[in-house]
Amino acid sequence: MQKKIIKLSILLLIIFIIGVFFIGLNKNSIYDTKSLVGQKITEIKLDHFSKNKIITGEDLRKNNFTLINFWSSWCGPCRDEHAMLLRLNNEKNLKLLGVNFKDKKNNALEFLNNLGDPYDYLARDELGKHSVNFGIYGIPESILVNKDLIIIKKFIGPISKDDYNYIKNIVRK
Amino acid sequence: MRIKIIIFFTILNFNILNAETFSVDSNKVLKNLRCLICQGQSVADSNSEFAQTIKLVVRDQINDGKSEKEIYDFLIEKYGAWIVYKPPLNKVNFVLWLLPYFVFIIGGGIIFLLFRKRDNR
Repeated sequence: MQKKIIKLSILLLIIFIIGVFFIGLNKNSIYDTKSLVGQKITEIKLDHFSKNKIITGEDLRKNNFTLINFWSSWCGPCRDEHAMLLRLNNEKNLKLLGVNFKDKKNNALEFLNNLGDPYDYLARDELGKHSVNFGIYGIPESILVNKDLIIIKKFIGPISKDDYNYIKNIVRK
Repeated sequence: MRIKIIIFFTILNFNILNAETFSVDSNKVLKNLRCLICQGQSVADSNSEFAQTIKLVVRDQINDGKSEKEIYDFLIEKYGAWIVYKPPLNKVNFVLWLLPYFVFIIGGGIIFLLFRKRDNR
């Protein structure tokens, strides 16, 4: 009887260890923010880039869809995605909110003058503190939200052609 | 006079104790936060762009009088439970938290039974 219990315990222990490794090794260890899709962005208070005004959630509720794009003039990949943002600016149902992240005002303006300004609203986050409200951990990052400010998708890194097509399909529905 | 001095120091002592209870140690909080873009570093250890921003936000929240739990809850809401090294107890990880206690109790039970068996002999 005692031997049986010991054998069973060892077997259970082995199954447990294999189970832990199986789950642990199959799990994606790279952090992503997929879990945030479907969440509502609550506190939106962003300083307007040039005017003495605050951009709030109420401003974004007027649009069917808003793409909140975090960018900076010192960020290389932001240059790569800029052409896609300019194309997205042509979509009727979509407005673009650009958040200039930890940047110098002059450099940001020069960046937009050289490459074009795709943004309907332009905000400034000088210290990067407001970006935390959006779950941003690097730039470029973009968040597609609907009228109710619910996150439809988060784009980590520059907007690719596939991302562009995805956004286009959603806003044209 | 002596009684007054004793009362003075007692009140002072209570005040210091209360102050210590209510102030949140920013370093402790930052050490429990994972730098999401670094490898194996906490926010306290890292000097990355992300870590610098989180440090500012945590300090702001402490100055606003937020408790340690409120700060973690805020950051978990924004970045997911991955951001904290010591995640809060929930239905996904409860086994991880309770298993050591179970093992402790079962182990204690086995030792107790073995001792009782030896005594019976």
